Amino acid sequence: MLSYLVNKRALILMINFFTSPDQYKHWQINISGNVATLLLNVDENENPTLGYTLKLNSYDLGVDIELNDAVQRLRFEHPEVGAVIITSAKDRVFSAGANIQMLGQLSHVEKVNFCKYTNETRISIEDASLNSGQTYLCAINGPASGGGYELALATEHIILVDDGATAIALPEVPSLAVLPGTGGLTRVIDKRHVRRDRADFFCTTSEGVRGRRALDWNLVDELATRSNLVSQTHSRAKSFAQKNNRRISANGIKLEPINRKIEKNLISYDLIEILINRDLRTATFKIKGPDKTSNLSIKYIYSIGCKFWPLAFARELDDAILHLRFNEPEIGTWVLTSEGNHDAMEAIDKIMLKNYKNWFIHEIILNLKRTFKRLDISSRSLIALIEPNSCFTGTLAELALAADTSYMLDKAIEENTEKKTTFCLTGINFGYLSMSNGLSRISSRFLGNKGHIEKIKLIGGKQLEAKEAEELGLVTFAPDDIDWDDEIRIALEARASFSPDALSAMEANLRFGGPETIESKIFSRLSAWQNWLFQRPNANTSLESYGTGKQPTFDRNRV
Amino acid sequence: MNINYNETIPNNVNLSDDRRLLRALEQWQPAYINWWKELGPDQTQNFEVYLRTAISVDAKGWAHFGHVRMPEYRWGIFLSPAEKDRRIGFGHHKGESTWTEVPGEYRTELRRLIVTQGDTEPASVEQQRHLSKTCPSLYDLRNLFQVNVEEGRHLWAMVYLLQAYFGRDGREEADEMLSRHAGDPNKPRILEAFNEQTDDWLSFFMFTYFQDRDGKFQLAALSESAFEPLSRTCRFMLTEEAHHMFVGETGIMRIIQRTCELMREYDTDKISLMGGIDLNIIQKWINFHYSICLDLFGSERSTNAANYYSMGLKGRYQENKINDDHLLTDSYVSLPKIEEDEIRNEETPALTAINMKLREDYAKDSQRGLDRFNKIIESYCIDTKLTLPHPAFNRNIGVFKDVKASPSGKIIDATTWNKQRDQWLPSSADYELVKSLMVQVIEPGKMAGWIAPPKRGIHGLPIDYEYVLFH
Ligand SMILES: [Fe+2]
Ligand SMILES: [Fe+2]
Repeated sequence: MLSYLVNKRALILMINFFTSPDQYKHWQINISGNVATLLLNVDENENPTLGYTLKLNSYDLGVDIELNDAVQRLRFEHPEVGAVIITSAKDRVFSAGANIQMLGQLSHVEKVNFCKYTNETRISIEDASLNSGQTYLCAINGPASGGGYELALATEHIILVDDGATAIALPEVPSLAVLPGTGGLTRVIDKRHVRRDRADFFCTTSEGVRGRRALDWNLVDELATRSNLVSQTHSRAKSFAQKNNRRISANGIKLEPINRKIEKNLISYDLIEILINRDLRTATFKIKGPDKTSNLSIKYIYSIGCKFWPLAFARELDDAILHLRFNEPEIGTWVLTSEGNHDAMEAIDKIMLKNYKNWFIHEIILNLKRTFKRLDISSRSLIALIEPNSCFTGTLAELALAADTSYMLDKAIEENTEKKTTFCLTGINFGYLSMSNGLSRISSRFLGNKGHIEKIKLIGGKQLEAKEAEELGLVTFAPDDIDWDDEIRIALEARASFSPDALSAMEANLRFGGPETIESKIFSRLSAWQNWLFQRPNANTSLESYGTGKQPTFDRNRV
Repeated sequence: MNINYNETIPNNVNLSDDRRLLRALEQWQPAYINWWKELGPDQTQNFEVYLRTAISVDAKGWAHFGHVRMPEYRWGIFLSPAEKDRRIGFGHHKGESTWTEVPGEYRTELRRLIVTQGDTEPASVEQQRHLSKTCPSLYDLRNLFQVNVEEGRHLWAMVYLLQAYFGRDGREEADEMLSRHAGDPNKPRILEAFNEQTDDWLSFFMFTYFQDRDGKFQLAALSESAFEPLSRTCRFMLTEEAHHMFVGETGIMRIIQRTCELMREYDTDKISLMGGIDLNIIQKWINFHYSICLDLFGSERSTNAANYYSMGLKGRYQENKINDDHLLTDSYVSLPKIEEDEIRNEETPALTAINMKLREDYAKDSQRGLDRFNKIIESYCIDTKLTLPHPAFNRNIGVFKDVKASPSGKIIDATTWNKQRDQWLPSSADYELVKSLMVQVIEPGKMAGWIAPPKRGIHGLPIDYEYVLFH
């Protein structure tokens, strides 16, 4: 599944994000009643060509891709599950976190991508606990350090074996000269409310803390003896599952493999086509909206399962984002276009909102939400083009709101009067697809202007023409058909000429206005500092000398 | 509390002037005595044992003999005398002065090393606690207790370092040493070999031969440490460790001698029927103990070991006798790896192979005793040789942990292993058999039927001296 090599020559084969439990090499899903257990059992030598062994349940991207898949499948395929235990199948080993040899071999781009992805996976775990009624808990049966403990932090309840030896630790600063970058610092402070001086001690003690102190400092929620750990975790999981009380009236929905074809400059899915222009370094997404369906009903939606348009779209878009992030790092601008039937899109949004409490619909909307968030935190310029035949309504309109710049064609009516260019918001744009800052994209767009948001809400459901959309501030520019081609060309060329680093940094600052959340802090503060560290000489000497026994010599200047 | 610690705890560390240590010991000592009563030698509180007590580090003081009630044993704290102007001998601080205090940057690593070593000391006492009920002679019973009290002292030695140099964390670790127990499923000892049972005397002699020899090599490597107090403590412990190995080696030799006598007398190699221990059983015990001891050296490739070396915390065996740069930053050695079910070799940076180096020295040292065992067998004109199993045999740590191998080092499949296992390792029937021979003999001078008497007694006393008095 993970068909890539990382080595000093940066020979990178393609990374594939699709997997399924029958292909897992590192995880096992056990389900008993309403409790699922995710057992981490990393295959050390999964791929001997990688040049590192995944000792002590340490992980690489391949391990995390499976975890992400497992979390996703539990939501859709096992709605009966109300609690999920993460633990290790290895005796007296929980996890040593991200594999250091692996990190040492990764280029900066690869490191950043790796961290981003693992962070997204952990946030999707929290999303499942908080919004899907699948509460995650963690049984730490052996040393959990770095990313190992950070994985536990992503769950809502941590049970630690108290055997006089097992410690939890965030040893990155003392041992590796980097940060616990998978949310560790943020969650210790903001989620678990560990006092900052204790957190400071904890994060500078490579050995970590054990038993009683871990509990007293709220680094874990519960202690268990070795012999009781499993049973104690299970009864805890059962009570979580009961509390969740999900109303499940049907079986799960199987997530079938997605169809994807990759050619040199063309990636095609059922609903999305991506055309790559290597000179301009752009990828143009052509997204096919839903077809008109006469009898749209919940029963019908169940019967088509993962082929239901919003779910199929979310899964394909998710895969496309990841594919481009990892496999096409030089393609710096993603151009978003769409086509399809506005009425059909509107009808789908309507039935989804009407049945929001239905578990399946609920999961689909959460999935859409997470996928749009992936878009937000991708380090690519996003430009939406709203043209005749476009379908920027509701769910698809969210794409335009996610874009850094949007262009809407004004009055292209000369040749074909049927081809109207419109833009339309539906209920789904108002709060269902919130960003990592906790706000909808509309609210983030009009910070400090509540009145305006109310006004826009009132015209929800109306197909707006370009001038109107521009006036309301929903699109950036509305050039007419005489200017259109040139405007777009210049915009894309300008984008391609800027420093990619500066663009990523600028966009990341402008996209997330408003308040901070744990999630936004992880992606802005924590990741930004981590990425800064990765670029500094001290982290590099440290990561490179790790495992060789040679001691790093630091540049002692405080920056 | 009003105890004159200088009297009850013989020491050369200025104990009575060290307020921090006094405070720590006031709390720790009662817990230690409790531990000894609960998990030390079983039902021996009233025995008076002819023991050697170290009361100072000089030639006269380190071996002070007399009958002692064990819980009243004076567990002392001793450091070997400081070498003048000792320099760090290896790693990237090589040539600098050694440290009298713990450097902050290595605090965690040093503590971990001391805790890992310290944890083995009380573990072996716990493992051996039932042996007094089946001792083969008073002489051996006394030796058992001598080993036990010294392991207790070794714990003291490590606890002293933790208490004296590692502040609150050190005190917590010292407490944990008494809360983990050998074989406890909930709070086991750190290293696996120290959770196995030592319930028969053949195991005890094997233990003191193999496990204590691991102790010797670990202590020797730690005595190279740049951290002066650790180095000096370990140097002193080594003198005691030598005696433990003596007990093991002579114990095994006496068993072999008895076995050979019986084989000659009855002209059979099935002497278990005559109350002896068959050579093939001895071989199985060797296979078991040697293989689990190899695990104690850790993975062949180890980042931790490399770090400890570079940092100057733990050296190699007899570091200064090795002729190289003592930095190892640019040298390579060949390490085993498994490839296509074969054992092959691979060039590896020497720094990450520090564990392997220590293990190889251990293997050589272990072999020397085996040669002596084989000489005895040879002297009876018996055509059997005891051997050490291949490092791939019965391993749970390192490159060989995922494969099954025969004692000669041939990789085999699981089915073959399961079929042959009982020919190579002690089976439950073997344990039963050995156990059935373990009957207590406490008449002065008498020996159990499966072991020959020792060549001489303790400290110039006759073999039939009353080494243990029962009250
Ligand atoms: Fe010892
Ligand atoms: Fe010993």
